[in-house]
Amino acid sequence: MSDFSVKADEQLWTELQMDVERFKNVPPVLTKLYSDIFLSQKNRPAEMTYFDNMIENIYTGRIQEMLDARKAGKPVIGTFCVYVPEEIIQAAGGLCIGLCGGSQATVPDAEKILPRNICPMVKSAFGFKISGMCPFFQAVDFVYGETTCDAKKKTWELLDKYVPTHVMEIPQLKRERDKRLWLEEVKDFKQAVEKITGNEISEDELRAAVDTLNAKRKSLQRLNSLRHNNPSPISGRDMLLIQQIAFYDDPVRFTDKVNELCDELEARIKENNAVAPKETPRIMVSGTPMALPNWKLHNIIEGSGAVIVNEESCIGTRYYKDTIETNGASAEEMLEKLTERYMKIDCSCFTPNDDRIDQVIAEYKASGAQGLIDYCLQFCHTYNIEAVKLREACEKEGIPFMAIESDYSPEDVGQLQTRVEAFIEQISE
Amino acid sequence: MHVGIDLGSRAIKLAAVKDGQLVSSEVANSSFEPHKQAQEMVARYNPLQVAATGYGRHLAQKHFAQQVITEIKAHSLGARHLYPGCRTILDVGGQDSKVIALDERGRVAQFQMNDKCAAGTGRFMEMMAASLGYALDEFSSAAASSDHRVTINSMCAVFAESEVVSLRNRGTAPEDIARSIHLSIVERLSSMLERIGIQGELVFSGGVARNSLLVQLLSQRLARPVMVPESPEIIGAFGAALHIDKSAV
Repeated sequence: MSDFSVKADEQLWTELQMDVERFKNVPPVLTKLYSDIFLSQKNRPAEMTYFDNMIENIYTGRIQEMLDARKAGKPVIGTFCVYVPEEIIQAAGGLCIGLCGGSQATVPDAEKILPRNICPMVKSAFGFKISGMCPFFQAVDFVYGETTCDAKKKTWELLDKYVPTHVMEIPQLKRERDKRLWLEEVKDFKQAVEKITGNEISEDELRAAVDTLNAKRKSLQRLNSLRHNNPSPISGRDMLLIQQIAFYDDPVRFTDKVNELCDELEARIKENNAVAPKETPRIMVSGTPMALPNWKLHNIIEGSGAVIVNEESCIGTRYYKDTIETNGASAEEMLEKLTERYMKIDCSCFTPNDDRIDQVIAEYKASGAQGLIDYCLQFCHTYNIEAVKLREACEKEGIPFMAIESDYSPEDVGQLQTRVEAFIEQISE
Repeated sequence: MHVGIDLGSRAIKLAAVKDGQLVSSEVANSSFEPHKQAQEMVARYNPLQVAATGYGRHLAQKHFAQQVITEIKAHSLGARHLYPGCRTILDVGGQDSKVIALDERGRVAQFQMNDKCAAGTGRFMEMMAASLGYALDEFSSAAASSDHRVTINSMCAVFAESEVVSLRNRGTAPEDIARSIHLSIVERLSSMLERIGIQGELVFSGGVARNSLLVQLLSQRLARPVMVPESPEIIGAFGAALHIDKSAV
């Protein structure tokens, strides 16, 4: 696998008005990082090759596909959240693309404008745009922003100066009137997407899009339930990667590839072919999203001799645990079904949010984990405070629990490593 | 004989154990090449096996140690051996502070460490002493001579330093400031302990436990005895030695 190399295309980046001089250093850095963290793993499933290729083409091939779609008049929407009704983008023939926000590299750019003591994901993403360091950001029609937290919703006001940002209000309670509000927001979003194509989305298009994304979410459900097998047929790092790629790949192609990987994992399970022996300590991770290329905690945990068996996270089960019923009799009814599905998302921005606590415990039991590490991005108050309830629930269930708060910088890696190793010692005794 | 070595941020600590008993120990300031220094220290004992702990544990394993354990486990083993009734450990070293809760059998049940923050660490005390122009031992004896408290709001090493400077510029007596810093650290350590819940005997380990004023103030604040081992800084190394001594039998 030594021929792995993240591809460069300076002509394409120049067209996208990026900071090419600075950005051309990124592919070699990512090549090295990816090789160290992913390609060094032993006995990876063969079907991971597709996902390796997605990383090789992350700044070239996929970007070209986005530009081609735009040239064909299709909407290309950038996003940061699982609260995106992407079925609507799909129904309009468009592309829904999760944007860059997982790297320390652009945090100093953002801190020239934004306060330092806010979420690293928001800072990273804002920094990517203002420094011209994210080709995805450069290739979208508009950015979809939501009001899931204060840092995001106020940053959208600033981001809008650099790229059109459509903000949708996400309710924070789940009463009937909140659901009605969200339905209205979904309809506004549909109009914004239709404005790009000039065509109204039909009932059939919407139903087909729902089918496509249901199939995608089901393939991920299937994959996640296979990886729960003990011994693990696939590593936590590879699982995180696939769940990250889910946010920018073509949904149909991605679904096929995930299902092919599932077929391989089924065969591996039968042959008892695993990435780690059965006695390897099994850890589940819950909490805030790990946006590409944030592999920091997974790398520490699996580098310390454990295997990660579940991610209860936006970039994890929160994205695919629920599907949409397709039996709506009209476009209006389909939108209602869609809204119901999105209202099941158990983001910590909701109050109360006890469904999430139950969900974490249920996933923990299904995954065969021996301990839970709750991951909180620094300054994410809602997840950080919710960790108190999660700890209480774990104590009640007798689940070993550890909460970690961190950002993207490497300075706390030593301390995190000590904590993670001590947690592994604790659950192995 | 088995040796435990603790490669910390400020010092390297060594403990030699035979048949479950401490036979020798030593402490040296960390040099630029801690693993070489540690290897030389270890070689003098000609041990059967070596277990390493502390920040440099993996480096030590790469070069000479047979086993590694974390500081959390090492301090638990060491403290519990000296105090069989110990259920709570406070360890304050050069770079971090931690609180460990043990179950009845002495296994780690829960622990907390200060993350990304120097507050309440040995390094913090050194910085505060330096900003008052004291050597470290003068810092606590000056604090002991005061019975006056001023408010120190910040526990962040950076902000506390500027707070100390402005207190001095207002003419506040340095011994009063020194005492107040001790009290603030005690507040910080107490809240870490209370967060995890104190049970059984409380053992204070790590180099900072040598500060007898801090121990006294902490004991008053918590209204309970605080046990300090004779050589608190070697508890991690001792625990590592016990670990390998036990697993080798």
